[in-house]
Parts: sequence; structure tokens; C-alpha cells
Amino acid sequence: MKVVVVGHGPTGHRLVEALRARDDTGSCRITVIGEETRPAYDRVALTSYLTEDADLAYPAHDGEVELLTGDPAVEIDRAARMVRTGSGREIAYDALVLATGSAPFVPPVEGRDLPGVFVYRTIDDLESLRRHCAALAASRPGAGGVVVGGGLLGLEAARALQDLGVDTHVVEVAPWLMPRQLDEGGGAMLRRHIEALGMRVHAGTPMAGLEAGGDGAVARVALADGSAIDAGVVVFSAGIRPRDELARACGLPVGERGGIVVDDACRTADPAIWAVGECALVDGQVYGLVAPCFSMAEVVADHLLATAGGAGSGARFEGADLSTKLKLMGVDVASFGDPFAGPDQGALDITYTDPVAGVYKKLVVSDDARTLVGGVLVGDASAYPTLRAYVGAELPGSPEQALFGGTEAAGGDLPGATVICSCNNVSAETIRCAIRDDGLRDLAEVKGCTRAGSTCGSCVPLVKKLLDAELTAAGIEVSRALCEHFDHSRAELFDIVRVRGITSFTRLIEEHGRGRGCDICKPVVASILASLGNGHILDGEQAALQDTNDHFLANMQKNGTYSVVPRIPGGEITPDKLIVIGEVARDFGLYTKITGGQRIDLFGARVEQLPEIWRRLVEAGFESGHAYGKSLRTVKSCVGSTWCRYGVQDSVAMAIRLELRYRGLRAPHKLKSAVSGCARECAEAQSKDFGVIATEKGWNLYLAGNGGMRPRHADLFASDLDDETLIRYIDRFLMFYIRTADRLQRTASWLESLEGGIDYLREVIVDDRLGLCAELDAAMDRHVDGYADEWRATLEDPDKLRRFVSFVNAPDTPDPSIAFTPEREQIKPVLVAGPRLEVTTR
Amino acid sequence: MTTQMTTPTLDQRPAGTAPVWRDVCHYTDLIPERGACALVAGVQVAVFRTFEGDLYALGNLDPFSGAQVISRGILGTRGGAPTVASPMYKQVFDLRTGVCLDDPGVALPTFPIRRTAEDRVEVALPDEHRP
Repeated sequence: MKVVVVGHGPTGHRLVEALRARDDTGSCRITVIGEETRPAYDRVALTSYLTEDADLAYPAHDGEVELLTGDPAVEIDRAARMVRTGSGREIAYDALVLATGSAPFVPPVEGRDLPGVFVYRTIDDLESLRRHCAALAASRPGAGGVVVGGGLLGLEAARALQDLGVDTHVVEVAPWLMPRQLDEGGGAMLRRHIEALGMRVHAGTPMAGLEAGGDGAVARVALADGSAIDAGVVVFSAGIRPRDELARACGLPVGERGGIVVDDACRTADPAIWAVGECALVDGQVYGLVAPCFSMAEVVADHLLATAGGAGSGARFEGADLSTKLKLMGVDVASFGDPFAGPDQGALDITYTDPVAGVYKKLVVSDDARTLVGGVLVGDASAYPTLRAYVGAELPGSPEQALFGGTEAAGGDLPGATVICSCNNVSAETIRCAIRDDGLRDLAEVKGCTRAGSTCGSCVPLVKKLLDAELTAAGIEVSRALCEHFDHSRAELFDIVRVRGITSFTRLIEEHGRGRGCDICKPVVASILASLGNGHILDGEQAALQDTNDHFLANMQKNGTYSVVPRIPGGEITPDKLIVIGEVARDFGLYTKITGGQRIDLFGARVEQLPEIWRRLVEAGFESGHAYGKSLRTVKSCVGSTWCRYGVQDSVAMAIRLELRYRGLRAPHKLKSAVSGCARECAEAQSKDFGVIATEKGWNLYLAGNGGMRPRHADLFASDLDDETLIRYIDRFLMFYIRTADRLQRTASWLESLEGGIDYLREVIVDDRLGLCAELDAAMDRHVDGYADEWRATLEDPDKLRRFVSFVNAPDTPDPSIAFTPEREQIKPVLVAGPRLEVTTR
Repeated sequence: MTTQMTTPTLDQRPAGTAPVWRDVCHYTDLIPERGACALVAGVQVAVFRTFEGDLYALGNLDPFSGAQVISRGILGTRGGAPTVASPMYKQVFDLRTGVCLDDPGVALPTFPIRRTAEDRVEVALPDEHRP
């Protein structure tokens, strides 16, 4: 059977791939007629073509497929079953599939044809826009730009325009942005985010017309309210219109407002002609999202193969879930189910707004508050996979719990028909059966067996919940509980604290735990609060959460004294500073030792001596080395290209830069790093949590190495990076680790437990697969901006100094139980207090 | 807020003897959910103020490490019991009885402690009441 596909966009491409994948007998010969000069590419990611120079091309079809590009179909002769192209080719078909897509809608306003006016749909559009903006920067520097349309595509275009260096305005006729997906509150929150990026939004304001300047090109956009915007470039992105002109011309029925009329098998009135994607009108509706378009392609592929084999097919396109989650200019935006249902439809809504964090959440539920109808998430869409899955089903807890992720604890209650993985169309029941029948035990097995979670990954947490629920039901223990006070894992607590903006342990345990905590959960929460930037670790209630090291900002040793470690970034220190350390050690009688991290540890300080020791050190320009914290310790370095005959980069400068950037960053466990100036690797960077090795062209980054008890060579993550990229990757690595690791889990075992390992990590950090990068970057920027030396701040605060006493009723009396004996000209502790009992390790 | 009275486990005083209270500090000198050490007649006493405001006094010597550090442990609860964890090797002790919950054969001495009307904190040492 001869199949001709008109249009080689994403939908046409998907159709051909589906046919080729399932056509075991070679029953279909396929010709594709494409209008654009290039084969199909990922239009959804168009903007990244501009910003990241991404290669958007879809994989090429196999050699059996005939692909004509740059030669549009211009006529269909239904009687002769033949398509004619612009170049005069005549191509016969047995089955014809129209996948002609849509065209941007340009409203009939004055000036729409002026030079400087564009649409935003194809790579060619983007190239023209880029050329124009470059010319504009030269001829009219500072000229602004206007995007007409504040919907999904309009905002993508606005981002592109801003990335091209144009001061961008967005004009939207509706009262708020993304009116098709968001309610007013969500639109308003999105607007705040977008305005924070420097764009200006004119919502509820129709455009009146475009005016030309002296050069004949567009110069001003007039709005209906009488105001005007100076603009050297205008992009129309105010909706789409189906490309139905071929169908229209050959007499096929089309909708009143466009779209080729098809039945639920995507067949037109002519049984030999089908239409899929944005050009098709199914049940009165045109679909503009990629997922339903792909579903149509699959349905038609099914029918064509059945027809070619002389059979029939029952495949039907039954509407589509229009839920969508995307990242717009770094802002998470999601809409699911029916977010607009109101009291007239028997629905209630619950909203949550956090203007500081820029988060807006709305859930629409049935009027008994049990069934989820739909919702909107802006600023934080982490609950999206779960919530989307629950649309139409009864929520396992209260809507409030659902809003804040409490539903994620469920999973066992999800209705079987719920589609968990929309990328691969896998239902909850399919996953459950696979777990039960095939005896699956971990996430990797479930992914491999069902394909759920193996594409975009957004449903993975939900798949994990299903797995846990099944295993629990089967009597197999799965406990993520941190301790008896919290049923959550550290990573879950991190998200709860982050999303709910919790700043105190008391609130966290009252709302999400029980009892009054312990030496396990308190330091974990203290660390989470510190990672999220809640001021000094000894401020207010936080102080009570710290273990003794953090509480006294020093490391407790076996006799109850403390050691002091000033920061020596990169291991570089002046003679004067070395002398100060020596004098302090001598004056306070401390034992000194060079550490493995290229600094100096001073042992044997009593609690009440710590402030006096630090006063001297701070005066000399030292700051806390955080040797006591679960935080960055040191960034070790070799001497590098400055002195070394073999060095190719300045490893000392880079080590100092990294150490100063990440100093004070609280993490699930301590962090170590090193920078080597050449491949000889003298700094031993491959045994560190993050190690950097210089190359002729830049830096190689190694992640998740470890020395210590279980040595692990770090994995090469990326090669030949420039300074800025190197730092961004490390930023993201650290923040992602901090968010997701378990308590006391070093990066090495964290990476080993990460499904997909280093490749997955690369996707998250380099390709931004989870859409998290902007958030991770912002979190690290907050850390860097918020850093202050803990010891200096403590010395300046009498309230914090109160704790540094030996005895509450005799502050200046040294602890009489502390004693030393000389050894090799230094002190050595002697325990005088009594016998030591056998320690049973917990 | 209540004032906690505890019975010393190492009590060697004859029954019926009234304790002699020793002033330690002002109540607000104690940080909530944290301990402090008091030197009372040469004995190191770890004094704790819980989240609820209850007071407890235990020996400061950690029997597992031999170091005087119990007052620097983290307070919390286990089951319903108020606890302190040794900062050295993390064994958990019941603040009310001094019993080590991870090793019930081991106990810290406990001492009577009270909060006065003038908001002072006082502890009593059993040894002082020997005849």
C-alpha cells in the first residue's frame, strides 16, 4: 500500500516512525512531502535552538522512507488519488495522511506586513528574527520589542526575544497571562516572575495597530487604551490556525473556524484521506499540544497497518488529557484537569499564595472536597505528577495535604486505570501487575519492565510510591522514616521545608512529625534550614538543634575539649598568618597538626577558650573553616601553573575560588574537593566529592569520589570546561545532592543510589531534564550572597557567646577533669574522670 | 510550666532528711532544649531545660567515654520519655531516671532540681546529707 504523508512536522514524523516500527511485513511504502527545507525537528524546544544552539532534529527515518523537503504539496486530486507538489511532482497514494499542522494567527491589524514584524513557529522564522535583531542592535540600539500574545507560545517567543538582547514587552488581550491554562491568580503570579526577569506585561489590553518609522520598518505598537510602545521588532504569537487549505480546495469538510473534520479514527469524509495533529478537527476541537497530536498519529498508524493487512482496527482517538507542565523562563507552570470549574459545576477551589517565594497553587475539588477536578501550579510544580494522576479520583487525604505533597505518601490508593506515565501510556494497574507478577523489587526493574518513568522522568516519584505500596502490601519492609519522630526521608523533609517555607523545627515537627525530636532528626533539620539560608546556625531555636560541634563551632575530641580549624583556602597561606596560628597555639597551649586538607588543626581548647582563640584568629583575618560542620571542608590544590613546570592551569586560584564560593554550605554530609593543575593529579582530585583536573583547554570535572572507609574513584562528568561552566555544574551538583540525598549520605553512595547514575546526573545538570537548573542556580546564588563568617558573627553577639562557659555557675573555672601530659614536645589528653565502658555501636 | 522533682538513683542519704538546695543560675540562663553544666561542691551536674520548660539534673560524666560532656547533648524524646543523647558516642539517656535507653544496665546519677519563686534554679546533692 502506498502511503503519502503531507507535512513533516513532529506529528508527521511520529506517524512515519510508528508505521515503520510496527510494519513487520513491509506492507506500506511511505512518501513524505515536507514544505520546510529541513526534515522534522522538535518545535516544542524551538527557543533552546536560539539560547543553547540545541540540535532539534528528530532522528532520521530509515532508508525505506522517501522524504521530499522544500517542496510543498499544492493540490490533491481525490479522483486520481494523487498529490501534486510545488515543483510539479505528482505522487500517487492509496492512503493520504494530512499532517499539515498550523500557522500562527496574525490578527488583521494595520501594519501587520511592515518590515520588522515576525511570527514564531519555524527555525526559519527564528533565523529571520535573529538577523533582524542583530541589525536592529546596530541601527537602533536600545530599541524594544513586542510580543503580541501572552499564551504559552507567546511567552516562549518573549524569552527568545529577550535572549536576543531586546527589551521585551508582552501584550495580551486577556486580563492575565496564559489564560487557556491558568486562572487569574496563577496568571498574576506568573506575571510577577516574568516582570522580575525584566519584561513588561500589558494584560487586558488589545493591540490597536502597528506604525512605521522613517525607515519604513515597524517603530511603534499602538494599544487600544491609547498608549504606545516603541518597538523595533514585533512578534505575533496570538494563537494558531489549522493549515487546512489543501483539504478545503479538494472539497473535504472543514470546521467553521478551520480544521479538517475527522472522525474518532482521524479519518476525513474521504475514506482514503486522514488528518492528524494541529490541522485536524476532532469532535469540534483542534489540539495544539504535542501529546494529543502524537496520539492521533498512533491511531492512524494502527488503521493504516490494519488496512494494508486487509483487516480493521479499533483504535480510537478519545480526546486528550490537556494537563501540561512546563518551564517558562525558569518558572514552573502546570495546569491539570479542569482548573476552571466553579460552584456551578459543583466544584470548590482551594488556593495557596506565597508572594515571597513566588508560588501559587490552586486545587479544584468536588464540593465534598474529596475528588480532584483540576488545578494550577505556578512557581513550584513538584506536586504535578501526583496531582495529575489523581484527576477524577478521590484524594487519599485532605486537599490541603494534596497541595503540599502529602498525597505523595499514598500511591497505593491510586485507581488502577490512572495513567502514571503519560509519555509511555502506562497505567497504575500495569505497574502493579508487573511488580506483583514479575517479582520486581526496585525502581530500575520497574522502569525496565514497564517503561514507566523512562522518558521524561517526571512520574518517577509516583512509580516509586506504587512500588513501595506494593512491596509493603506484600510484607516487604520499606521504610524511609528518618527516625521515630518523622515518617519522611531527609529528601522529603527538605522538600516540605522548602515548599512550605518552614523556618522552625517546632513548626515542622508539630505539622509533620511527632514528639520533640532527637539527636538524629534535629541535626538533619538544622542542616536543611541552614542549606535553605535561615541565618546563623546559632540563631534562636536553631541553636538547640545543633550537635555539639555545630553548637560550639568546633570539633569535640575524646576528652571533651575542642579543636579549632581556621580556613586556609586552597591551602595557600602567608607567612604572617602562619605566625599568627603558631602564636595562638603557643599562647593557649594547643596541640597542632597539619590536616589532610592542607590546613592546620589546633587541639585541646576548652569551651571557654574558644571565643578568645577566635578573637585572635578573626583579628588576623581568619574565618571559620567549618571543620565542625556537615559542610564544605577544604578545596585542596597543587601549586599549579604559577610555579610548576608541568602545570597547565592555575589550580590554586581555582581552588580558592571554589572554596570561597562553597564555604559554609550545609549538606547531608561533609564535602571535600581538590583541584589539580595538570593530569599528574597531585591534589588527588579523583578521591573527592567534586574534583577538578586542569586540561590544556580548561577543566575536567570529576564527581562523587571518596577516600575514607569506602574509597571510590570519582566519575568524569564533563571535559574541557571553561571556568564559568565548571562552577555552574558544581553549583547544580551540590544543590541537587543537598536536596535529594539521605541523612549522612556522602556524594559517592548518593550517586550509586541514583537511578541512571552519572548519565542521569548529566541530564539533570547539563540538559536540565527535570527543569530544575534555574532553581538550583538561584539556591546557590542565595547561598553565596548570604554567606557570613559564623565565628565573626558569634563574637559580635553577646547572646551567642553566653554558651561558651565551662560552668553556668562558675564561668571562668576551667573544667578540672581536663588534663594533659607531654608527648613529643606537645600536649596529649589524659582521661582522669573514670573508666570507659564498652561502646555498643548503634 | 512545671518544676520537675527527681529522685537520685545514687541516693545514699537516710530517709526523711530534707535536701540542702544549692543555687546554680537564673532560669533564663538556661537555653530551651539545651543543657548547661554546673559545678556543685566539686561535682559536675548537667542541668537541662526542656521545650516544655521542665528541669532535670544528671551527672555530667559520660560513662561510655569518660568525658564530662553530657550537658552538651541534644535533648529530645524517645517514645514518651524526655531524653538526652551523649554528644560523644550518642547513647541516649532518660532525663527522668538517668537510665541509658540503649544499654539499660547503665545509668547516670540524677539529682533533685527545682525552680524557685525568684526564678532561680537550684539542685541538691545527696552526699551532703549524710549524717
